Amino acid sequence: MAARHKPKLAVWKFASCDGCQLSLLDCEDELLAVAGAVEIANFAEATRAVVKGPYDLSLVEGSITTPHDEERIHAVRRASKYLVTIGACATAGGIQALRNFKDVKEFTSIVYARPQYIETLNKSTPIADHVYVDFELRGCPINKYQLVEVISAFLNKRKPNTPAYGVCMECKRQGTVCVMVANGTPCLGPVTQAGCGAICPGYTRGCYGCFGPKQTPNTKALSAWWRGLGVPETDLVRAFRSFNAYADPFRKESESHEV
Amino acid sequence: MKSKTIKVDVLARVEGEGAMSVKIQGRRVTDVKLRIFEPPRFFEAFLRGRKFYEAPDITARICGICPVAYQMSACHAMEDAFGLKVEGQLRELRRLLYCGEWIESHALHVYMLHAPDFLGYEDSIQMAKDHRETVERGLFLKKTGNAIVNLLGGREIHPINVRVGGFYKIPAKREFAALAEDLKSARDVAIETVKWVAKFPFPAFERDYEFVALRHPGEYPFNEGRLVSSRGLDIGIREYDQHFAEEHLAHSNALHSVLKDRGPYFVGPLARYNLNFDRLSPLAQETARASGLGSMCRNPFQSIIVRSVELVYACDEALRILDNFEMPDSPAVKVEPRVGVGHGCTEAPRGILYHRYRVDDHGLILDAKIVPPTSQNLKTIENDLWQFVDANFDMPQDTLQHQCEQAVRNYDPCISCATHFLKLSIDRE
Repeated sequence: MAARHKPKLAVWKFASCDGCQLSLLDCEDELLAVAGAVEIANFAEATRAVVKGPYDLSLVEGSITTPHDEERIHAVRRASKYLVTIGACATAGGIQALRNFKDVKEFTSIVYARPQYIETLNKSTPIADHVYVDFELRGCPINKYQLVEVISAFLNKRKPNTPAYGVCMECKRQGTVCVMVANGTPCLGPVTQAGCGAICPGYTRGCYGCFGPKQTPNTKALSAWWRGLGVPETDLVRAFRSFNAYADPFRKESESHEV
Repeated sequence: MKSKTIKVDVLARVEGEGAMSVKIQGRRVTDVKLRIFEPPRFFEAFLRGRKFYEAPDITARICGICPVAYQMSACHAMEDAFGLKVEGQLRELRRLLYCGEWIESHALHVYMLHAPDFLGYEDSIQMAKDHRETVERGLFLKKTGNAIVNLLGGREIHPINVRVGGFYKIPAKREFAALAEDLKSARDVAIETVKWVAKFPFPAFERDYEFVALRHPGEYPFNEGRLVSSRGLDIGIREYDQHFAEEHLAHSNALHSVLKDRGPYFVGPLARYNLNFDRLSPLAQETARASGLGSMCRNPFQSIIVRSVELVYACDEALRILDNFEMPDSPAVKVEPRVGVGHGCTEAPRGILYHRYRVDDHGLILDAKIVPPTSQNLKTIENDLWQFVDANFDMPQDTLQHQCEQAVRNYDPCISCATHFLKLSIDRE
């Protein structure tokens, strides 16, 4: 029977906002086709049914922030033939990695009246810090068309076609006027990986780096440009320290502006 | 005497991670716990030291399902702190964006998360094997909501076009016009949806809740209004902290909200509907009445009908806004930060979402407080489970467990939000 040979797809969640796995449900036109091509074996947000592993493809959303999750990710890895991380939390630690720059105990006491009830690690870390990851799909949130491309690539045993170049390339290709050159609006596009479709500049706003650093980003040069536009050091720290704060090039750049 | 546990380790078809356990001794429920093990992410802590203009984008990341709600509450809170009002077309466009999010979020819950419970499927994809047209109808509704957020927000999840004071760019009139055709079909689909879900079998279950929602003099509430309740609460948003308190319990990474001196309350579509039926558009009112729903509904299992009525309203309202659209002179009002405390409360798809910020004269956030709708409903959900199991001891364990899960899903709980915010078990001893 053909149905028996359908590859099993599992979706796992760690610390996150659910947005990246929602991207799959947001593929309104493709969802039923994807569901026809795979067996959805584990996807708590969408279904009660749980099919036992091993799984052909696991999509992992979220970062590692608790002792329990630090263990759980190894079980997910063991049960998965391919493991693909989706979104800035899973690939870089996410916005919750802002704790990595501070004392987490202080954080806990700000939010919770009884910090002793809260079990949490000092750092929020990407999945690849814990287990081998076959492919990382960037974005906060990921782009749903890139997600369909990645699923389709793994099902067909080929390399996903997702660019590692910068947002500037997307602007040029779309004919979007450069917000930094034309309007003096600070933009992280020159150092940020493409994939979103250069949305922010398209809305006359500077890119804020939600897809993380591109291949070989020259963050230093960009910071110099920003300074020329009158951006103070403290704002540079914040600009590099957001949804991909713990991605190496962004982390180092933000630290270099700390006083 | 025999003891028993109803236990669901991972609650499915809710947003985020939780579990539930109900302990039963003989014929008495002895304990109910919604355990929230969604890991804490400490938003309120790391907002300290960020700039005011970052709050809408950062808080959006609390929830991928209702980012617009976070952006709206953050903007309104900051504007309150700076003594700023966003009016006219910009205010209307914010309502339009919210319509988009309600349609997307409600369609997701009605068709993909909640309906499978009533029809006996594990999920909507299984449901699609027997009811493909129905599921496609739901996906069309969802897509139409997303199209609004996509156009006006830049993308569906974590929109980029919202800022304190308004927007970065207003799309062209002709781009809005293109939405109208699909919205008209979506409105018809929403009416069909009400008729479809009204025929589902609902457990007879009612409680005397205190409903809390916004109420506005002229409109069904999205962004503005006073906070009112079915037991006489009537306050301005700035008085929120004087009337509501948050408790921290050992079994939950989510704080539980209560009305001081009164206890648990109920927020979301049912609360909005019961307190604002007269503010719905005539078409939405008529659709509700035709389905047999009165102007007051106390059965949380029927929240799926109310959510569908809100779908009709949101499509209707979006069309009204599009009909009257005129390009505003500027995409945003000029913002000048000043020292102060700002409060914002808007109606997320799941209920009221409260933000409070204290900012300095450079617009730096000194402290932040965020109360998501789901953490306000947690106690009410636990109480529902308590009473539901109490009234249904003789149900077979499997059925009882499944219906308890439904009792949780009635609230469309968003656990990612509430962790600052589910596992289900029923224990019989």
